[in-house]
Amino acid sequence: MTVLDARIPSGPIERKWSDHRFDMRLVSPANKRKFSIIVVGTGLGGASAAATLGELGYRVKAFTFHDSARRAHSIAAQGGINAAKNYHGDGDSVYRLFYDTVKGGDFRSREANVYRLAEVSNNIIDQCVAQGVPFAREYGGLLDNRSFGGAQVSRTFYAKGQTGQQLLLGAYQALSRQVKERTVELHTNMEMLDLVVVDGRAVGIVTRDLRTGEIASHAADAVVLATGGYSNAFYLSTNAMACNTSAIWRAHRRGAMFANPCYTQIHPTAIPASDEFQSKLTLMSESLRNDGRIWVPTDADEARSAADIPEDARDYFLERRYPAFGNLSPRDISSRAAKERVDAGFGVGPLKNGVYLDFSEAIGRLGRDAIAAKYGNLFDMYQRITGEDPYLAPMRIYPAPHYTMGGLWVDYELQTTIPGLFAIGEANFSDHGANRLGASALMQGLADGYFVLPATIGNYLAPMLGRPKVDTTASEFAQVEADVRARVDRFLGSRGTRSVDWFHRELGRIVWDHCGMSRTKEGLEKALSEIPALRAEFESDVRVPGSGDTINSSLEKAGRVEDFFELAELMCRDALVREESCGGHFREEHQTADGEALRDDVNFAHVTAWEWSGDSAAPVEHREQLEYENVEMATRSYK
Amino acid sequence: MNLTLRVWRQAGPSEPGRFETYEATDVSEDSSFLEMLDLVNDGLIRRGEEPIEFMHDCREGICGTCGMMIDGQAHGPQARTTTCQLHMRSFSDGDEIVIEPWRAAGFPVLKDLVVDRSAFDRIVESGGYISVETGSAQDANLTPIPKDDADRAMDAAACIGCGACVAACPNGAAQLFTSAKLAHLNLLPQGQPERSRRTLAMVGVMEETFGSCTNYGECEAACPKGISIDFIAMMNRDHRRALMTERRGA
Ligand SMILES: Cc1cc2nc3c(=O)[nH]c(=O)nc-3n(C[C@H](O)[C@H](O)[C@H](O)COP(=O)(O)OP(=O)(O)OC[C@H]3O[C@@H](n4cnc5c(N)ncnc54)[C@H](O)[C@@H]3O)c2cc1C
Ligand code: FES
Repeated sequence: MTVLDARIPSGPIERKWSDHRFDMRLVSPANKRKFSIIVVGTGLGGASAAATLGELGYRVKAFTFHDSARRAHSIAAQGGINAAKNYHGDGDSVYRLFYDTVKGGDFRSREANVYRLAEVSNNIIDQCVAQGVPFAREYGGLLDNRSFGGAQVSRTFYAKGQTGQQLLLGAYQALSRQVKERTVELHTNMEMLDLVVVDGRAVGIVTRDLRTGEIASHAADAVVLATGGYSNAFYLSTNAMACNTSAIWRAHRRGAMFANPCYTQIHPTAIPASDEFQSKLTLMSESLRNDGRIWVPTDADEARSAADIPEDARDYFLERRYPAFGNLSPRDISSRAAKERVDAGFGVGPLKNGVYLDFSEAIGRLGRDAIAAKYGNLFDMYQRITGEDPYLAPMRIYPAPHYTMGGLWVDYELQTTIPGLFAIGEANFSDHGANRLGASALMQGLADGYFVLPATIGNYLAPMLGRPKVDTTASEFAQVEADVRARVDRFLGSRGTRSVDWFHRELGRIVWDHCGMSRTKEGLEKALSEIPALRAEFESDVRVPGSGDTINSSLEKAGRVEDFFELAELMCRDALVREESCGGHFREEHQTADGEALRDDVNFAHVTAWEWSGDSAAPVEHREQLEYENVEMATRSYK
Repeated sequence: MNLTLRVWRQAGPSEPGRFETYEATDVSEDSSFLEMLDLVNDGLIRRGEEPIEFMHDCREGICGTCGMMIDGQAHGPQARTTTCQLHMRSFSDGDEIVIEPWRAAGFPVLKDLVVDRSAFDRIVESGGYISVETGSAQDANLTPIPKDDADRAMDAAACIGCGACVAACPNGAAQLFTSAKLAHLNLLPQGQPERSRRTLAMVGVMEETFGSCTNYGECEAACPKGISIDFIAMMNRDHRRALMTERRGA
């Protein structure tokens, strides 16, 4: 085990970023043209980075497997984006946003990174407004804000329920402008299948054209991964169908360490699965819990419909267990409490896999119109999906995998353990610790892409000026291409009987059962024996029909699911060694008498970063010690 | 429920296509239209046959990836609903459903139900942005924007770029898409300096690829986000004005 150095600049926290910006080596405007940079991913992180690097004068090649840069998963974010503008004079500040984020992350994030994030948050809003992002406004014409969980101030900027869409369109437009200026070469429908490393440095990628099947090499002076999170390891999640881990997993196999894979966030209010063939879960905004009461019947065999169940046969379990916070208990507590009831057999709905979120009392008190004004669009969406009218019968909800705090380990400059390879957005692990606060992922993606990476990458490139360039004729490219081809051929040669999706669903079930909302040593060990067994079946019994030289979705999914198998094992392994409960990671062995998470700061105030050591050897654990010099570590309390 | 599907199958961009018939059995009315297709595909794969390729991603009605003609209607029978948000309770046991890709000259078919919509990106690349370098912006609240203007810009910006407007149009015209993008930017103070350039450039690229608008209004009816054809009128006005300014300048 080695101790990783994040290379955090010295000095007081308020000065670290500005001082470091001054200290970093610069690439002059004329010399920027001499450097090429590959950016994989065009979500909020990737599109903002590619556009900004292009504006600075670098030669950028951007890649996305989507058919347009505008379709990245970022488009689906609803709620909003945080910034410390203090436009409402309610006492917000950079320091408060920093403090809330460190505390919300349950003291498992890096102080210096979080402070920088809070610092640049205000520039993001300025930039987005200048680009034409139509944020919500007040009648006076100034920007409106709302409040979000984990904060006592109003700092969330939003564009109706489509904030992610509008921010992504802003970044996509900036990117389109650079495409027109020819500083960015944009490759859509192109999936990165592997990373190429020469003499220890990242120098390029190998891609497959999803329309023609062509496998090709691309070289550059640096590679940036902005490829999003891995919640789809659970199969069912609120993420888009194509979200996957392959880009960061392939980089991990080539030497980039993977940090805190077990830190995953489960959102308490999604619509439960309706049948075995359900393909994804849809989020219902957490704000509904302001007026909805959560309950299950007291009798596990209850057969009456919700409205006919009398008060004394209902168990308002959050109000019962957490009288102080009740239905507004924090995300992790609420999720686990719902799981406990459903596991005990009290679930509702045809599959008994949900709990009620009931508005009848609020409708009686405030009137139907008031509820419609607040939540009308959510009620409509619920009705479209379930066919049930939530004005008449309670909603059914259940927790769902939503976001992954873990990702590639990066230092203060967002560089991974492979020199020349950077990771930004949800793909890295850096800023959210063990739990992300609402409206902070969009902020982090854009902070990384617009402001941090474009500054830090110059520090890596500057000393490379004048050095010989590696191009795609290097033998390493041929070798990686051959690996990629062999893998594609192996899948196409499969003659099994089951679809890739079938295996993905089964894998997700194991991960959800044992490495989901709550975890035990026993369960994790069970998962660590079940996953390789299922993987062996996958290798012998999967079926990938069709050919490699055309659109072939089964082939695309086969590689992604195979990588999920390996990542799932690492998630379990990581959850197993983290003998404490913190944020989204809850080990049943480590809880207080009343079921609260029990952190162990003496032994676990560190980042766990895993090093790949081959197909047949166990990964090696490394650590980065976390120092808290500005915020005092305390127990998060909601009582 | 049990259904009979007549699905357009086409092996590649220059291959001939044809309808194939599939039985979809034991479909839950709670499943989405795409989950119904997943089920059919699972059966095909088990038999070693190629699944029906279709476009999808978020399955929440926001990414704009999905889209197909269902019984001749873009995104199917339910108003203001993308294909991924359409659920099988909109159909009845025993129904025969005809499924085709978007049909428009501007959207060539690539395979089965997958089409190439990159022409939309080319329209945006020609001028669908505000030229502002990262880091050069003034404070966000320095320029107040009347709430009604911001809200109208947001209504236009809600376009998801799915292409249903083009697919529904008898002429295969892209006026609704282009005008929505233009209105989003042209309605905001930040969008004013480039208003004429932007309008001329985007309309120019649009006309190169897509058919012309003869006011059928089918686009608005098919739009899953309810984008209004009023934006087309605004685009036409802006375009006339921009042409005049250009001529005067020349
Ligand atoms: C339903 C939902 C609601 C949310 N709401 C909020 C919210 O209100 N506020 C908030 O702050 N956060 C929210 N989040 C979280 C937030 O949306 C994401 O964390 C964030 O958008 C991720 O951005 P990204 O740029 O890192 O990745 P993504 O947007 O996922 O982009 C990944 C990009 O990488 C590309 N890519 C991936 N792999 C490859 C490969 N191998 N080859 C080529 N290209 C590849 C993809 O094509 C895509 O362009 C929400 C998330 C969900 C699921
Ligand atoms: S799949 Fe995203 S809109 Fe339908």
